[in-house]
Amino acid sequence: MATTFTLRLFRGDAKGGTFRDYPVESEEGMVVLDLVHRVQASQAPDLACRWNCKAGKCGSCSAEVNGQPRLMCMTRMDLFQPGETISIAPIRTFPIIRDLVTDVSYNYVKAKQVPPLRLKPPEADGTYRMMQEDIDRIQEFHKCIECFLCQDVCHVIRDHEEKKTSFAGPRFFIKIAGLDMHPLDTVDRSRFMKDAAGIGLCNITKCCTEVCPEHIHITDNGIIPLKERLADEMDPVVWLLRKFRGVKPKTNA
Amino acid sequence: MIGKILKDQHGHVAGAVPAGPGAARPPITAAHLRKDAWWALPLATFVFLASFVVYSTWAAFQNAHYFAAPYLSPFYSPCISASCVHATFGGGLPDLTFPVIGLLSPAFLVLWGPGLFRLSCYYYRKAYYRSFWLAPPACAVKDVKEGYTGETRFPLVLWNFHRWTWYVAVLFIVVLTWDALLAFRFPAPGGGATWGVGVGTIVMWINVILLAGYTFSCHSCRHVCGGHVNEFSKAPSRYGIWSLVSRINPQHPTFAWLSLFSVGLADLYIRLVSMGIIRDLRITF
Repeated sequence: MATTFTLRLFRGDAKGGTFRDYPVESEEGMVVLDLVHRVQASQAPDLACRWNCKAGKCGSCSAEVNGQPRLMCMTRMDLFQPGETISIAPIRTFPIIRDLVTDVSYNYVKAKQVPPLRLKPPEADGTYRMMQEDIDRIQEFHKCIECFLCQDVCHVIRDHEEKKTSFAGPRFFIKIAGLDMHPLDTVDRSRFMKDAAGIGLCNITKCCTEVCPEHIHITDNGIIPLKERLADEMDPVVWLLRKFRGVKPKTNA
Repeated sequence: MIGKILKDQHGHVAGAVPAGPGAARPPITAAHLRKDAWWALPLATFVFLASFVVYSTWAAFQNAHYFAAPYLSPFYSPCISASCVHATFGGGLPDLTFPVIGLLSPAFLVLWGPGLFRLSCYYYRKAYYRSFWLAPPACAVKDVKEGYTGETRFPLVLWNFHRWTWYVAVLFIVVLTWDALLAFRFPAPGGGATWGVGVGTIVMWINVILLAGYTFSCHSCRHVCGGHVNEFSKAPSRYGIWSLVSRINPQHPTFAWLSLFSVGLADLYIRLVSMGIIRDLRITF
């Protein structure tokens, strides 16, 4: 049975904009992106909206639905009360291009700055060997679809624009974690994490984890372990154990 | 690479914010667009945490009714002041008297340990940054304060020493377990001691189990036990312990709250028994 909702869509660009209401019908099984497409097809053909896979895997249709960062294609309409007015805004942390489309190139700049993997020398037979338990932990981070919802919701850059120069954001902390925990990696990223990525600015309020559509435990499994790796430098017990075991330090990035 | 970034930008990342087609953010002025009761959780957190701080401070200042044989309040354990009703180590530090405060309660000699452990705990940091600092009050709700330095400056930068407070917290678990064992040993009517079980024994054991759950599900514990290792296949015992801690780590917030209530309720129970307001039911053998 069809139900009518009102989509309150942001229309505008950097010069100005406003929310406009569009009544639209929803049928069973529909998601927010379906209704946005209906509006686009029937009432606002000039509505700008970025999307691609409609399966929660491309990370293109990020928006703020009723103020909460979400993928529009993964937000089912049965979450809402019939007849409800649903606000849909662009992700507010990034510069707007038009309507629901923002310029997320900040993230690509940050991605380039992460010190890449530098492999240790191969074994005597010229191969590398890793066991499954060595890489189980970092495979979680590889699920990231780069929707940048975690970046959008992170209050460090969302509410403090000036921090964009000195803070990488949660997406890149899990990228760093994936590299730093790699069993074949040889790079010491501690100075990068502290000085360039600004991990000290993160106050672990876990919003990144809450909005992640891939359910990656960004804070518990990524950011906090990185903070703990930095804390190793100040821990006399760890220092003693490393001396005792003869652990070689990684080389600085 | 990092050297180049630092050199170019005086400590900041090079070319951070590109001027794209729309260099300005969406012109939306509302602090948030959320329609749900986002304020309920930070408000509830504020009320419960503030209530605990008020009660524990009051209880620590009392310097009385913290021991009802054989139960010792967790707020006063280990009791290391010479004037302790129940000295844990059979003696202790000389009494400290201050001009305005007067005689320092023995609780203050020990409460800094678990206090700092909770204050620097990764879960509690989330809880109080949201409910007390309002930075942010909830996800996608604007920070109340304009400036922000995170945990890069004093005093919040000290929370990077959470690991040290975890080492201290482990010692407290040992002491509280000893207290809970002593809670089976009741004074006999004719002198000496007899074994038994009282409601207070059960209260103290529930408390120490929840505190141990909180302490050993800690993120620092998880890291120390094996999180620092990159090649688990070459450290099977550390991998085993890390896997075990990783299984209880998601329950850390639950243990944080339950142990907070249990430690307060354990003190309250012993206080009421000591004051004679309630009678401790017990079976002795």
